[in-house]
Amino acid sequence: MMRPDPRRADRLRLLAGLALAGTLILPLVPLALWSVAQGWRFPHLLPQAWSGRAWAHALDPASGVLESLALTTLIALATTFIAALVGVPAGRALGLYRFRGKGIVTLLLLAPAVLPAIAVVFGLHGVFLRLGLTGTVAGVILAHLVPVLPYMTLVMAAVFARLDPELEAQARTLGATPFQTFRCVTLPAILPGLMTAGLFAFLVSWSQYLLTLAIGGGKVQTLPLLMFSFSSAGRNDITGAIALIYILPGLLVLILTARQVTGRGAALTQGLRP
Amino acid sequence: MTDRTRIALLLAPALLLLGGLFLSGLGLTLLRSFRYFPALGLTEPDLGAYAAILTSPGFLRSLGLSLWIASASTVLAAILALVAALLLRQSFPGRALISFLVQLNLTIPHVVGAIGILYLLSQSGAFARLAHAAGLIAGPADFPVLVNDPFAIGIILLYVWKEVPFIALILLANLQTLGEDHESVARSLGATRWQAFRHVLLPMLAPGLAAASALVFAFAFGAYEVPLILGQHAPKALPVLAWQAWTDTDLATRPEAMAMSIVIAAIGLALLALVARAVRQGGE
Repeated sequence: MMRPDPRRADRLRLLAGLALAGTLILPLVPLALWSVAQGWRFPHLLPQAWSGRAWAHALDPASGVLESLALTTLIALATTFIAALVGVPAGRALGLYRFRGKGIVTLLLLAPAVLPAIAVVFGLHGVFLRLGLTGTVAGVILAHLVPVLPYMTLVMAAVFARLDPELEAQARTLGATPFQTFRCVTLPAILPGLMTAGLFAFLVSWSQYLLTLAIGGGKVQTLPLLMFSFSSAGRNDITGAIALIYILPGLLVLILTARQVTGRGAALTQGLRP
Repeated sequence: MTDRTRIALLLAPALLLLGGLFLSGLGLTLLRSFRYFPALGLTEPDLGAYAAILTSPGFLRSLGLSLWIASASTVLAAILALVAALLLRQSFPGRALISFLVQLNLTIPHVVGAIGILYLLSQSGAFARLAHAAGLIAGPADFPVLVNDPFAIGIILLYVWKEVPFIALILLANLQTLGEDHESVARSLGATRWQAFRHVLLPMLAPGLAAASALVFAFAFGAYEVPLILGQHAPKALPVLAWQAWTDTDLATRPEAMAMSIVIAAIGLALLALVARAVRQGGE
C-alpha cells in the first residue's frame, strides 16, 4: 500500500478548508458590494459606479440608522445586565448544589432557550398589553429576557460547576466577610466565564427579531427591523450598509473571546445556540 | 442559613422573572388557543380553533412545508457539519483562519444571512449575473427560481449555511474531549480508517450530533424572519402563517394563530424530549 504524501494531504485539507471558509463568507459579499454601489443593474458583475452615498445616509443622524444602533445597543446592554444580575445567583445554585427539584428548574430554564419565540410571543403580547408594556423599550427588554436569561443562567451554572467551593470556605475561616469573599475570591474566579457569558448574551438580544417586532409593535425600531424595511423597499445599498454595521459586534465579541473559543471554552460550547 | 433556604433565595429572582414572562406568555397562548377570550365575548373554552386549523388545507400545507424545511435543513447541515468537524480536527496550514471564519458565521444574525442569500440567489442576483457572464442564461427569467420558491431551496440553504458551523463546533468540542486514542486502538487492531470512523468514532459522536440536530430542527421549524424574507407567497411557512393569522384585522382568527403557535411549540418540544431520552438511554 502506498503511503499518501503528507504535503499533498495538507494541500487537500487546505483546499477543502478554503471552500468551507469561502462559502461561509459568501452571503456577506453582495451585502458589502451593495453598500458601496451606485446603481448595480443586471447583468453587471460589479457595480457600474462606486459611491459612499449609502454609508453617508446610514451615518447621517437624520436617517435614523444611528438612533436605531443606539437603541439596539441600549436594549442588549440592559437585557444582559438584568440577566447577569438575576442569572448569576441562579447559576450558582444550579452549578454548586444538588437539590430536589433541580430537574424541573433546569427544564424551566431549557424550555424558553430552545423553544422558538413564536411559541410565547402572542401570549406575552396579551400579558404586556394589560401591563401597558407593548410598544415600549422596557417591554422589549423584558421580552428579550425570555431567551437571554436562561442562556446566562445555564452558562453560569457551567462556570460555577468548575469553581472550587473550598476556596470560599477557606476565605470565610480566615475571617473574610461574605461580601469580601465574593469580591476577592468568587468574583475573580468566575469573571472570565461571566464576561464570555455576558458578551454572548448581548449577541442573543442583539439578534432578536420576532420578539422586538411583536412587543415593540413597530414603535421600537431596532437595527434588524430597520434593515428589513430598507430591504423590502428595494434600497439594497442602505440594507448592505446596515447589515455590515449590524454584524460588527459579533466580530468584536469573537476577537475578544478568541482565545477561550479555540481552547476548551466550555462556556461557549455549552451555551451555543443555533 | 440552611442550604435549602440559600438555594431558594439564589433561584427565586430568576424563577420569578422567567416564570412570570415565559409561563404567563405560554399560558395565555394556551388559554386563547382554547378560544377563551373574554374581550371577544368568548368565555366557553373549546377545541374549535384546533379543529379549524387541522381541517384547513392551508394550515396543513404550511405544516408540511415547515416540516420539509426543518428536516431537509437538519439532515444536510448534520452531514456537512460532520465532514467539517473531521476536517477542522486535523492540523494543516491555514486552519486557524478557517476556524475563525466558522466561528464568525455563528455570530451573524439569521436575518443578515437571509438577505445575503437573497442577493446571491435571486433571479437577478450575483449567481444569475455569473451565469449570464458565462453565457448560460440570456436574462434573469432563465435563471432557476431558488428564492421565494415552492421547494424552499433558499430557506434550506440559509439554514444549512448558518447551522453547519453550529453543529460542527459542538462536534469539535466533543472530539477534543474524546481525544484520538479510541480510533488509534481500533486502527492498531486492524480496522480500516472507514471502519474506525463508522464503528468507533461515529457512535461516540452520535449523542452530541443528535442533540445539536434536534436544536437545529426546532429552530428551523419555528423561526419567523427567515421564511419571511426567503419564503414564497403561498403556502407560507407555519410561523409566517401564524403571524398572519395573529395580525389579521378579523380578530376571530386570533385563537387560530394561538393554536398554530402551540402546535409549533409542541412539535419542537416533543422532538427535543425524544432526543434527550435517547441520549440518556444511550449513555447508560
